[in-house]
Amino acid sequence: MLAEVGVYEAWWVQVLKGVIIFAVGLQLVPVVLIAERKLLGRFQGRYGPNRVGPFGALQPLADIIKLLTKEQFQPSTSVRFLFVLAPLISIITAVAAFAIIPFGEVVDIFGTPVGLYGLDVSIGPLYLFAFGAIAFYGIMLGGWASGSKYSFLGAMRGAAQLISYEVSQGLALVGVVITAQSLSLTEIVYAQEGMWYIVPQFVGFLVFMVASFAETNRAPFDLVEADAELVGGYNTEYGGGRFASYFFAEYLNVLVVSGIATTVFLGGWMIPGIDTPGWAQPLVVLAKMMGFVFVFIWVRATLPRLRYDQLMSFGWKVLLPLATLNVLVTAIVVSI
Amino acid sequence: MTVPYSLPDDQIEVVHAPDPGGAGGLYRALGETMRGLRTTFARLAEGVNTISYPEQKVPVYPRFRGRHKLHKFEDSGLEKCVGCSLCAAACPSDCIRVVAAENTPENRVSAGERYAAVYEINLSRCIFCGYCEVACPFDAITMGHDYEMSDYNRSDLIFTKEMLLAEPLERTPLRAEGE
Repeated sequence: MLAEVGVYEAWWVQVLKGVIIFAVGLQLVPVVLIAERKLLGRFQGRYGPNRVGPFGALQPLADIIKLLTKEQFQPSTSVRFLFVLAPLISIITAVAAFAIIPFGEVVDIFGTPVGLYGLDVSIGPLYLFAFGAIAFYGIMLGGWASGSKYSFLGAMRGAAQLISYEVSQGLALVGVVITAQSLSLTEIVYAQEGMWYIVPQFVGFLVFMVASFAETNRAPFDLVEADAELVGGYNTEYGGGRFASYFFAEYLNVLVVSGIATTVFLGGWMIPGIDTPGWAQPLVVLAKMMGFVFVFIWVRATLPRLRYDQLMSFGWKVLLPLATLNVLVTAIVVSI
Repeated sequence: MTVPYSLPDDQIEVVHAPDPGGAGGLYRALGETMRGLRTTFARLAEGVNTISYPEQKVPVYPRFRGRHKLHKFEDSGLEKCVGCSLCAAACPSDCIRVVAAENTPENRVSAGERYAAVYEINLSRCIFCGYCEVACPFDAITMGHDYEMSDYNRSDLIFTKEMLLAEPLERTPLRAEGE
């Protein structure tokens, strides 16, 4: 047994729950896609896609159909097996990480107690970082197996960037874990009954958000796929369905990070002063997640890409000391 | 020697961000980022500046140089063009071809002695400079307002006399006076 599970449910409940959560979760990706393109357009004073379907709402569907019907191209220099495997690793880890986001507490559905989350384990953040670490193999192997210099450079950058910022991201969560005295994400949400952790852990929140931008390869830390220098980074040689899975995984990671930030810093399904009923809890979580997604898009529309040395010195010289200091101060304050 | 600009009035103060590091660096990292975020958010609040072209068109000015038009006299219905080929001579890209023929009492086409039996403009070569319009002594050729001339064949872009004489489809809005 690796970890304890909060509530034991029948196997059929878990299967049903998994299907529903991932059906909803994966539907969110096209929503985020169209939201990003529409919002980026608005940020630049233009419409964004508005031709396919009402208000361009079917644009992601058209994109996905186009990608899936394209040729599955493989460069002759590629390592076939790993080239095929790498996007799968990326998307599997992204989907797996989605499992621990709590959308609500345990509610009674037709007499059966069901937790509105995929999994409530006693190692919540560790599970997240474990899958984050495997996800990085998706990028590494994809870049290396392509047999192209741009892919390889992108993958190398990705490796360095993900390792550098994972430390700060983890330390930012340690502050929360110390405050909540628990590693279970639902417990962390319950611990925020009185006050969201964004207030006592504001520095941790900032560090977590900045590190999350780097972890999800989003602007201004999108050096992994810096189109101006590296064509497309690790996914340069990918096309069709495999590119679609990389793309999908990237946006799913944004959603996962938004979900974790919601859970850990914005009190999950809790609204101060209101006792959120069970049916509304997933909606509250989704609304908060969309707020974070908006911030991600907003920042992308604003900040230019960092230079590589700036990225590294910022990660190690600013973010990591700040995160460490935050953990130390939190530990001292909590122990007093 | 006089300076063509006045120094105190035309001087623009350039605001530099603080250098990295220290408290100034912190302000640079946070304050300037916030300033950037405010700028982009203002664009979001401002709304869209796009003109959705095929559905919406920017009106052209009266002196806009679009596709050529050949003219007839309104009262007699005779063509203004007398086939003098001055337009063809003035054309820098050599895209106008005129073949003149004599007017006869039975077949009177233009007001002058001769008329243009063939008048062709190759619009795939035309640079819309308007020299033909300037060269014409009878105002027979003028530049119109139509700029939507894409076609699938190069040969379809050679406009004959009948096409140039015909009343063009009103595809381009004209800017009203004072607009």
